[in-house]
Amino acid sequence: MPVIEVRDLVKRYRKGKVNAVDGVSFDVEPGQFFALLGPNGAGKSTTVAILTTTLSPTAGTVSICGHDVVREAAAVRRQVGIIFQNPSLDMNLTGEENVRFHAILYHLHPYRPLYRTMPAAYRQQLRELADVVGLGAEVFKPVKRLSGGMRRKLEIIRGLMHHPRVLFLDEPTSGLDTASRRSLWQYISELRRRHDITILLTTHQLNEAEEADEVCILDHGRIVALGTPHQVKAQLVRERLLVDAEDRAALRRRLAELKVPFSEDGAFKVELDERTAYEVVRAIDLPLTLLKTESPTLEEAYLKILEAGDA
Amino acid sequence: MREMNAVAAIAARDLLKFIRDPGRLVAAVVFPFAMIFLLGGTLQLNLGRSVGFNFIGFTFTGFLGMTLFQSTAQGLTSLMDDRQNDFAQELFVSPVSRYSIVFGKILGETMVAVAQVMPMVVFAAILRVPLTPTTIGLLVPVALLSCFMGGAFGLLLLNTMSDARASNQIFNFVFLPQYFLAGLISPINILPWYLEALSLISPMRYVIDLTRGVVFSGSPDYSRVVLTSPATNVAVLALMFAVFMVTGTTLFVRRETNR
Repeated sequence: MPVIEVRDLVKRYRKGKVNAVDGVSFDVEPGQFFALLGPNGAGKSTTVAILTTTLSPTAGTVSICGHDVVREAAAVRRQVGIIFQNPSLDMNLTGEENVRFHAILYHLHPYRPLYRTMPAAYRQQLRELADVVGLGAEVFKPVKRLSGGMRRKLEIIRGLMHHPRVLFLDEPTSGLDTASRRSLWQYISELRRRHDITILLTTHQLNEAEEADEVCILDHGRIVALGTPHQVKAQLVRERLLVDAEDRAALRRRLAELKVPFSEDGAFKVELDERTAYEVVRAIDLPLTLLKTESPTLEEAYLKILEAGDA
Repeated sequence: MREMNAVAAIAARDLLKFIRDPGRLVAAVVFPFAMIFLLGGTLQLNLGRSVGFNFIGFTFTGFLGMTLFQSTAQGLTSLMDDRQNDFAQELFVSPVSRYSIVFGKILGETMVAVAQVMPMVVFAAILRVPLTPTTIGLLVPVALLSCFMGGAFGLLLLNTMSDARASNQIFNFVFLPQYFLAGLISPINILPWYLEALSLISPMRYVIDLTRGVVFSGSPDYSRVVLTSPATNVAVLALMFAVFMVTGTTLFVRRETNR
């Protein structure tokens, strides 16, 4: 049974002239890493807001862990953790106070005014999570004094305190430098391995979605591609073969005879439509100085989809 | 019980923010000093004799009621700040009832308002405003009722605001006239009918009058200072609180999800 089920989801904001989300349907299986991609205004954050119960849908149904997001919002909220696009920490509190506030709001522990008076189970869980994300004792510092990367880690600790079955990551690396971004993804992979949670990611960073089990590309509120990263790439961008030879004129002639689409950009770039690389190389039958296959990236597929949408 | 823990955490957060804000702590001491000592003192010397009652006591009770009511009302707009700096997301995705969030905010801002008026009570005692232990004891439920009323009123106003800038404008528009209509520093025993009508629908009038009813109880000035009996003031405030709270919370919950 899917852990997230979205059916014909529509959202039109009160002052909106078009649907921000327009008939979106998809499923996410337990333990999956699902990426929601799209340009600004595609409807990603609106979809996440509805999935996390902070926004009402105009039409359609959404269920998380079998609970309807409208009728059973409280049950849904207990099952999900969220790392928001914009940090949602209270800057006037310490990191630990932010986490404690969350733990009490999620009914994990009774209210206590001081860390040392909190139950031992809370203190142990906090220390463990702080160690996993590499925050350590920094968690006790005022949030104001933490760097952007540390604040993100703090949000991850907070998002995991109540053992969510689904973790929503809404542009989690926005505003982070490359090093922080890389370490954050290492931590998320580690957490996924340890806790076996379902992850729904929204991002602009296409390389972050390459590792996803399934990607869903949204544009103007509609799904324009859905499948594994390999399927999405295969639908839109073919593999290429890079070849070159001492006798370039002969190679050019041979490729033309074979009627394969190619371009010259330094080396010869051959598009592999229905043929395999092996078939093309065999058919060329010339001594080659360069032979290399080139796999398309998800970014290329993504840009092609968006270009098609704009056209 | 779980919801009560959440209410306590939300309320404690507001008190903690107040305690950690040196500017607000200083203002809590300077404001009553300026208002009671300077304003009350000068009015007592110049007007006290002609009006024939303790003007410092009159000013103190006015500012006490106003601060409790207005501080809690304005504190509720921190929900707007939370929305603008994205902390509201953390509150609204939690499995806590929206009603508990609102009640927690009102309780937290009540604690802040009560902490803010403590220096005011000390100043009043120094300036010989008649404050017996019984009076101070009776002021505790009055303060709680005034704050709850302010919180419910603030919640209702919150639904009319789009951002922090709008909230400042709306608050000036709503509170400034009430200073005069509620008799904050000037008696309102005699008013033209149209101002009397406006005064009767001003929640601050009942808060201040109830405070005066308690502080001036048993004093020869009582009949010249207090407009309505404390029982009537309590009844009106309870009714207003119920209406504002139900309407404000319903509108707030609907607004948060139906954007």
